[in-house]
Amino acid sequence: MVNYRAQLGRTFAALADPTRRAILARLQRADTATVSELASPFAIKLPAVMKHLDVLHGAGLISRSKSGRTVTVRLRSEPMRQAVDWLRRYERFWSASLDRLAAYAEAQEALKRAATGRQRG
Amino acid sequence: MNSLTLVRRIAARPSIVFDALTAPEGIACWWGPDEGPVLVAETDVRVGGRFRVRFRMLDGSEHESAGQYLEVRRPERLVMSWRWLCGEEDPNESRVEIDLHPTPEGTELTFTHSALFSEQTRLSHERGWNGALDKLVRHFQARSNP
Repeated sequence: MVNYRAQLGRTFAALADPTRRAILARLQRADTATVSELASPFAIKLPAVMKHLDVLHGAGLISRSKSGRTVTVRLRSEPMRQAVDWLRRYERFWSASLDRLAAYAEAQEALKRAATGRQRG
Repeated sequence: MNSLTLVRRIAARPSIVFDALTAPEGIACWWGPDEGPVLVAETDVRVGGRFRVRFRMLDGSEHESAGQYLEVRRPERLVMSWRWLCGEEDPNESRVEIDLHPTPEGTELTFTHSALFSEQTRLSHERGWNGALDKLVRHFQARSNP
């Protein structure tokens, strides 16, 4: 459980930065990309991009493979899937609760209207 | 994606929805992810007052959460801190905000549970990251359900 939490923490920390999210979004569209391809849309220098890739790699969100001088980056889905599953639990909890809250409040509203109607009648 | 937002349109006036959100007898009727019973519902509905709710799910597991009311503006807004006390592996404190807007039909309720996995200092980063991440979330959901 501690490892699970630590992994979730790394995932969410990695996702907290807009440049890293943009890198992931790019990898999601292209599946793989070279480091220079990933760096090209950003107004930051290659070493800064490399640092972001280190964070993403540390969180297990990407894998890197080297062929000659070219480093190819690929998305790894497992940590994201864990993060999504974790959020889904909250969503199930609240979605079901709010549906019942709505039904309860509507029943209370109907009771109040009936009571007001009786007073008027 | 570190926050969750849900919207419900409810055919009841905001004051009734607000009371359903905060009164123990209301909470006992709706709180929880399935039809299992609410075992404890305590609320002290004023800024700085605390709430505690314990429920049992249909699988028999019991869960309890508690927190403090941070903003109480009946009937339009309720903000509270949130923490699982047992049954969940998530000890972080997070934040629940509920806004109630009157509509011709009753109430539009906007619910946000934020800072789900972060220190409060990261709250400012959350604005604006939902769009990009929603796409990622959909992407991974598509992959995990081949």
